[in-house]
This record gives sequence, structure tokens and C-alpha cells, in this order.
Amino acid sequence: MSFKTSFPIIKRIFSTVPIKPKICIVGAGPAGFYTAQHLVKKLEKPEIDIYERLPVPFGLVRFGVAPDHPDVKNVIHTFTKTAQNPNVRFLGNINLGSNVTLEQLKNAYHVVLLTYGAEQSKTLNIPGENINNVIEARKIVGWYNGIPWDTDLNIDLSGEKVAIFGQGNVAIDVARILLTPIDELKKTDITQHALDAISTSKIKTISLIGRRGPLQAAFTIKELREMLKLRNCNTIWQPQDFIGVSEHLPTLVRPRKRLTELMLKSLKEQNDSACNKEFKPIFHRSPLKILGKSKVEEVVLGVNELKGDDILNQKSSLTDIRESIKCDLVVSSIGYKSVQADKDIPFDSHRGIVNHFNNKVDKGVYVSGWLGTGPTGVILTTMGNAFAVADLILQDMKEENLLNNNKGGFEEIIKLLNKQNVQVVSWQDWEKIDQFEQSEGKKNWETEGEDS
Amino acid sequence: MALNNILRSSLCVSRTLKFNYFKNNHRIVSTGQPALNKKEVEITFVKANGERIKAKGKIGDSLLDVVVNNNIDLDGFGACEGTLTCSTCHLILKPGDYESLPDKPTDEELDMLDLAYDLTDTSRLGCQIYLSEKLDGLEVKVPATINDARS
Repeated sequence: MSFKTSFPIIKRIFSTVPIKPKICIVGAGPAGFYTAQHLVKKLEKPEIDIYERLPVPFGLVRFGVAPDHPDVKNVIHTFTKTAQNPNVRFLGNINLGSNVTLEQLKNAYHVVLLTYGAEQSKTLNIPGENINNVIEARKIVGWYNGIPWDTDLNIDLSGEKVAIFGQGNVAIDVARILLTPIDELKKTDITQHALDAISTSKIKTISLIGRRGPLQAAFTIKELREMLKLRNCNTIWQPQDFIGVSEHLPTLVRPRKRLTELMLKSLKEQNDSACNKEFKPIFHRSPLKILGKSKVEEVVLGVNELKGDDILNQKSSLTDIRESIKCDLVVSSIGYKSVQADKDIPFDSHRGIVNHFNNKVDKGVYVSGWLGTGPTGVILTTMGNAFAVADLILQDMKEENLLNNNKGGFEEIIKLLNKQNVQVVSWQDWEKIDQFEQSEGKKNWETEGEDS
Repeated sequence: MALNNILRSSLCVSRTLKFNYFKNNHRIVSTGQPALNKKEVEITFVKANGERIKAKGKIGDSLLDVVVNNNIDLDGFGACEGTLTCSTCHLILKPGDYESLPDKPTDEELDMLDLAYDLTDTSRLGCQIYLSEKLDGLEVKVPATINDARS
């Protein structure tokens, strides 16, 4: 072997230029941004690319948080700082699974982090689920928040009675938006098409139906307190749901205790005050059947009893007793699940999450946020999970020698995208979209101001 | 996908207007004296790993303001920017300090604290504690997030 041919190898061994860590994050929601924030702080000059299927960033902060909760969205300012870091790049309008594969990303980057969240709904799997005006809560959220494919949602608000299955915060959000006086809703950043539709709504009563009891209620206290304070809306509890509940108060930890106390207080104070609208939480009921001809007319519920010694984790068990309630709209809000975006992603389709061990999917492949944990918790939960995953990645970079060779990064991927004529939306492009939205919104705001 | 599908045609600017309105109001209320004459008090933040960070703040500032103004490196602290809609500025006070604060936590503050990790009986949100001369030398514990990312 001549000296000449072996020279490049010698050069590489003695090279002092460190390999630039190239990290790809799929999904520009809170999990993606919080992981990027932590990684960019701890790594020296990394190349962090955040891929997003939509042309716009922020995931559920933009498309999930209710329009009347603008302050929750302040976290966008922190994410924007991360996106403006010279070592971070936002790449919008790129779809994992169709524009680019997991295999291609793994070849181009040292680390692939999946954070594309949970976008599908769990299904009720009961007869009548496909009858007209039985709608997934997720689609209503997308509709009032401006998710492109939910813009034309076919929702009929001309009836008076609504039944919502599920008692989580998404269920409460939907109930609150549908019950909020229109003059208040106008001041939020709700989409115009949803505002127009809700302004003609005839809804008077919304029942929030849960399988278990008040001690297992899934909503949090802030969301309940908002409902109790909602103008022109009375909260009506079923007294029989609360039998025996107060006995458990002394054993409860503070958050559960305060929530239960607030429900009991509201129950004690409830009256038929002259409100136009009613919010009715109903416990111990499972939906069994949805009935209706041209659209939903009625739901059949089974009465449950609770079983188990651990009060907070009791399971519901169906009795022989049945009830039915009339309704004109049914909303199912029993949880989100994720999709398998690429065939190479190991996926648990029963739970609707990516298979992983402590957030690690495969060598160099990680998951963070709802895609790995399932769809629960507030932004703090996702933040904690994201920081933990970032620390794990940093540790593995050393221990598993993830940075053992140079990778092509986005330079490789853009070649694939160009072949498909994919228009990549950069951060600067997003800023233009944002400016346009803000100025359009301001115009509407000023017109509204003149009207009132 | 057509880009105009994604645009919000509605009143998306309202949140900015509303937020600034409250923010300005708050500033007016909290500025009791000309800024230059304002006294400074010293606060010590003790991280979960025992690291102690001393910082100064002006009377009327919140503990969140102190963290932000001094660029104290606490990941994710104050995500909602002091609007009482998250619990990322959770701090733990010594029982004596907790009792001596003039303003007790409101229901809304307790509601958010109920979602915090390592919740204690003397937990408060940093955005709700305003500095007074009496708080000079205050020491507060910064709880770890779920995984000690802040340590």
C-alpha cells in the first residue's frame, strides 16, 4: 500500500476539528422546542433542525390551547428565542412518512428525536358513533383554533342539548367555548368561521359525562373554576353522584382535595338561578349507544358502580341500569392518540404511542412529549420530559459514541425535498405569516372597536 | 397545502393588546417611586443541587422579575410570563417567611400550584411575590422539575 492512499486515514485520525453534532427534531410543538432549548444550551455549536409538517410552528400551543387562554401561549416567546438561535433551524411544511423517511433522517443526522405529538382521537367503539353530528372533540378544537383540515367541520349547533363524553380538560375547553357569551368570545383569537357559527348557536345545556366519580374526575381545578364563573351559565351537579364523597376528604392529597372541595361547595350552593345556559357534569355513566336518523337524537348510558380499594384508582363496572338522554350534538372527548408516521417507527397501536424504553426508541432515535408519554399532563409535564430526554441524548452522545462520523444533515435532506418540489417554510417565512396574521387581526379588532 | 388555509382571519391580535394592557397597568401600580430612588433588596435562590444564586431586585418587582432581569439560568422558569397560567415559577419558602408575607395566595395561585411538582405547604409562585424592604435577604428554594433538569 502506498503512502499516498493511506494518507487520508492518517489525516482523519489526527484531525482536531470536532464533529458537529447534527440533531433532527420532528415536530415543532412544546416537546420539540423544549428539547431544542436544552440541547442548544449544552452543546457547542450543534446543528439542530426542527422539522414540522405544517408551515407554522408551535404545535398544540397554537392549535390546542383554547383561544380564550391567550396567556398560556406566552411560552411562544421562549420558543421564538430558541428558533432564532443561529444553531437552530425551523423547517416547516415537511412531512415525515411522505416527504422524508425515518431511515433517511437517521442517515443524515446523528440524533433523530420524534416529538410529533398525538393528533388522532381514541374512538368510543359503540353503535351509532358515525351518526351525523357525533363529533370528536379534537376536530372541534382544530376548528376553533384554525387547523387547516378542520376548517370546514360540519357541525350543527342549531339544537339545544349537547352531550360530551369524557371529563378531561379538552372536554371542558369545548364546553366552555360553546357556552361562553359571544361578546366575550369575540375578544379571543378564535377563528372567524367558528365565531360566526357559534354566534348563531342555540345550545343551552351541555352534559359532561364521565365513567367514574367525582373523586376520579380528570379535569383540573382551574378549568372547573372557570366554568363556575362563566357568565350566564349555571353549573348543575347530580347530588346522588356525591354520596359518600366528603368522607374521603381527609385522606386526599392537596390538589385532589381542593378540587373535590370546590365541587362539593358548588353542589351545596347550586340553585335554579336565572341563567340561560346550563353545564351539567354527570358521573358514573358509560355511553353504550348513540341513536338518531338524519342526525343524533339520543344517547343510551349505562350506570356504573365503582370497584376497588384504592379510592382514586377505582375502576368503573357496568350495572344493569340504563338511562337515555336527548341530545342534538354529541362530542367524544376520551383522549388523543398518536399515529405511526413512518413504517420504521416501532409503534404500539393499542396505546397509540411510540414504543420506547425510557424515551429511547433505537440507537440515536428518541421520543419526547405526548408521542411517548401518551396525551396527558400540562405544559410543565412536557417540559420536564423534554429536558430529561435532552440530558439522555447528551449522555448517549458520549457513552454510545453517537458522534463517530460526519453526517450530511439538512444538506442531504434538501436534495430529497427538491426532487419532490417541497416548499420548505423557514423561520423568516413564518415571521411573514405571523406579521400578516397580526395585521389582519388588528384590522378586524379596530373594526370591532368602532362597532361597539 | 394552500397557505391561506392556515391563516387566522380573526382577532388574533387581541391577546397581545390585552396582555400589554394588563402589563402596563401592573407597571403603573407597582412603580411607587421614581425608578432611580428605588431601593434594592437581595434574594438568594437555592437550586435543587444546593447551588446558591444571589440576585438583586427593586422593591415592587416580583421574584419572577428578579430571575428574568438577572438572567438567572433556570430552565423553563416563568413560561407564561407571570400571568398565573402555569406553575413553572414554583418556589418553596421557609415557613417563617411564608407566614410573614402580606399577601396570601389567591385561589387562582393555589390552583396552579396544585399542578406543580414537589408541592409543599409553603410553596408559592414567584410571579405572585412582590419585593418589599422586609424581604431583603430572603432565601427561596427552586424545586427541580420532574427530572432534576435544573440541577
